[in-house]
Amino acid sequence: MEMSSNDIILDVTDLHIEFHDHDKPEVAVEDFDLMLGRGEIVGIVGESGSGKSMSALAIAGLLNRKSLTKSGRIMFDGTDLLTCDRKSLRSYQGDEISIIFQEPMTSLNPVKRIGWQVEEPLFIHHQEIPKEERKKRAIGMLKAVGLDKAEDVYNMYPHELSGGMRQRVMIAAAMIGDPKILIADEPTTALDVTVQAQIVELLKKLNKEMHTSIIFISHDLSLVNQLCQRVIVMQQGNIVESGRTSEVFANPRDPYTKKLIAAIPKIDLSDDRD
Amino acid sequence: MKYAMKKLLMMLGTLLVVSLCVFLAFSVIPGDPALRKLGTEASPELVEQMRQEMGLNDPLIVRYGRWFIAFLGGDFGISYNYSTPVKEMIANKIPITLTMAIMAFLMTVLISFPLGIITAKHENGILDRTILVINQVIMAVPPFFSGILITFVFGLILRLFTPGGFVSYTQNFGKFIRYLFFPSLAIALPKIAMTVKMLRGSLIDEASKDYARTAYSRGNNTNGVLYRHVLKNALIPVITFLGMALADMVAGSIVIEQVFSIPGISRILLTSIGNRDYPVVEAIIMGIAIIVMVVNFLVDIIYRIVDPRIGLEDE
Amino acid sequence: MNKSQFKRNLRDNPYLLAGMIIIGLVLLMIIVGLFWTPYDTTAMNASEKLQGISLRHIMGTDNMGRDVFSRVMYGSRITLLIAIGTVFIGAGLGTIIGAVTGYFGGMLDEVVMRVVDALFAFPSILLALVIVSVFGTGWIQLLISLGIAFMPSFARIVRGEVLRCKNMDYVENARLQGVSNLRMIFVHILPNIKGVLASSILIGFNNAVLAEAGLSYLGVGSQPPYASLGKMLSDAQQYMFTTPSYVLCPGIVIVLMVLGFAFLGEGISRWK
Repeated sequence: MEMSSNDIILDVTDLHIEFHDHDKPEVAVEDFDLMLGRGEIVGIVGESGSGKSMSALAIAGLLNRKSLTKSGRIMFDGTDLLTCDRKSLRSYQGDEISIIFQEPMTSLNPVKRIGWQVEEPLFIHHQEIPKEERKKRAIGMLKAVGLDKAEDVYNMYPHELSGGMRQRVMIAAAMIGDPKILIADEPTTALDVTVQAQIVELLKKLNKEMHTSIIFISHDLSLVNQLCQRVIVMQQGNIVESGRTSEVFANPRDPYTKKLIAAIPKIDLSDDRD
Repeated sequence: MKYAMKKLLMMLGTLLVVSLCVFLAFSVIPGDPALRKLGTEASPELVEQMRQEMGLNDPLIVRYGRWFIAFLGGDFGISYNYSTPVKEMIANKIPITLTMAIMAFLMTVLISFPLGIITAKHENGILDRTILVINQVIMAVPPFFSGILITFVFGLILRLFTPGGFVSYTQNFGKFIRYLFFPSLAIALPKIAMTVKMLRGSLIDEASKDYARTAYSRGNNTNGVLYRHVLKNALIPVITFLGMALADMVAGSIVIEQVFSIPGISRILLTSIGNRDYPVVEAIIMGIAIIVMVVNFLVDIIYRIVDPRIGLEDE
Repeated sequence: MNKSQFKRNLRDNPYLLAGMIIIGLVLLMIIVGLFWTPYDTTAMNASEKLQGISLRHIMGTDNMGRDVFSRVMYGSRITLLIAIGTVFIGAGLGTIIGAVTGYFGGMLDEVVMRVVDALFAFPSILLALVIVSVFGTGWIQLLISLGIAFMPSFARIVRGEVLRCKNMDYVENARLQGVSNLRMIFVHILPNIKGVLASSILIGFNNAVLAEAGLSYLGVGSQPPYASLGKMLSDAQQYMFTTPSYVLCPGIVIVLMVLGFAFLGEGISRWK
């Protein structure tokens, strides 16, 4: 890789995840490696069951099921997130490492106001910030993610917003602590095509303005092509190909990657990356 | 506010329906109240005169209107058997029954909430399994049998209270509450078991939802997710259940008053049913019905406060 | 499912096993009681009043010297029959009302369900008391009043399920083929909700046993000589200190009966 070691913000090596729900253990992720640079956007593509979301959840520290074993290393800020104690893991979650999910309709708490939920990471990690300041930042963040009338939205409940607006709220809550890494786990899959494009644009803008590194997980290769500098292709728990997005697109080596690229509707391929 | 008004109107509608049902039920009963009052030896002319006086010859709807309006004004009629106003007979009994129901309700909330949270937090642990089995057993015991067992164990063996030694609230309020503790416990026990089971299930259910995962991703610890996020959501179905449970406790106190020989509403209701003293029965049934409806109304209001999704179409 | 798998499932499911054993014992007692009881259930014996548990009388005797075990055998039968009858009436009426209102909807649905909701909110023991006070005491009145009191919960469940099934493809298909409304409800929709119905019947059954016991305890249920378990308890209460066995035995049999069916229900819901 071309980056120097102090530009690397996250270093995942040999990640291995196994389920023990059934009689035979199932391997969900095998030998997963990922190096994420400061301000970089990396895409992980693959179909459902390829292990891409599982890897993302592992990085976000959200794999806690008892019927599961994990090994390898997830180095962040000099700490191995896979083995560190829960308390230090929690100190990163929502503050340094944030995640947004596929289902904006259900990922927000239905009985809490939007403002409360957006402020929560500050409430948990930065008790020193006074209440009014928290509110000001939350409204500012809601504006930054493109919600008009942010003051009104602040007092609303999730069911009063559309799916796209809810995903924007999720992004606002994820970004309010100014995290180093944002994990976006299929953030646009549940949304309309036009809204999808808006969300991708928003992520691009936030990446540029706040210098947050993004791990963008998707099964949609054309979105990855629009957004990511580098891409990792996964199939059945394994990385089958990785490299610069433009190179992988121009010169796919793995037959699976070729199949994925061939499956993109032509109109998206002609859409130039900027 | 619109929502509260709508619920209030619905409650009044239900009150009309229920009162009409109660009135009709007691009007179709064979037997002439005038004849009852005068005795079987009375001459037909006298009976006819009495019927006229009591307004029994008026059309049903007129009689219903008269009865309902009088009822709203606090006039519950006159007992056939004792010839005293029903109001006087039941007025000083209602606080006893209500106190018991409210005490039982408080016990239910105070005991079942912590237990529900503990069992949900340690799902499938030893404590959880033990409480679950105890729960099943308690739910299988009829309240009056647990009342008998409580009398036996706490009253006769441990001598923590004197069975049959009821003290009225007018004499000594402290002793009154003390005597009602064990009867209230007997009423509360099955409700506690059901609430624990329900709250546990609801908490586990809610904790597996997406928003709980979001909460973890923001750095919440287990307690943070539980108390700041999951609990409020999990309470929504429990509130409905508790509302119905409170209504049930008012009715359940009828049986328990018998077990602990408490001179509350129950004794009057049962003797009046036995004596066919219908004005008394009507008044008590209507009274409990009104309590049930008010409780339901309050539950609807609390619901609206807890769950912002309710009643949106009205605002 | 083969036999060994069945056995393994049963071993992993203590609730089901316990439920089957308890219900088996209770049913055995009732069935034997149909043909034979240790003593005549009404035979009084002044010299053997209020005896505790002994080999001669395994549950002791009551205040009239009657054998409690024989009376429990008989009383369980009454309790069981009333509970079955209650659920039969309640589930039957409730299913019909719920299915028809759910299927046809409209004004009929609005009006009927408003009344059903009012009934549902009303404590069932009180409803039964109203009906008993209007129609008099006795086990038939008890059966009818408990049946009506139990109807609303079934009506609500069935209505909800019918609403859910109404718009499913297979119902649409049947409708296109010109199936009549009644046939649609009873042949095409109801068989599909039997699972939901079965579990609510089991719960309703338990509530019926408890409600019957409570009402009989209040003296408005079964009348002598048809003493149910609840009535026995009511009679026995005053002898609690002198002869605990007289109170405990009928009470424990009620508990076992309810517990057995509750375990059975829990076990079935956990069955893989």
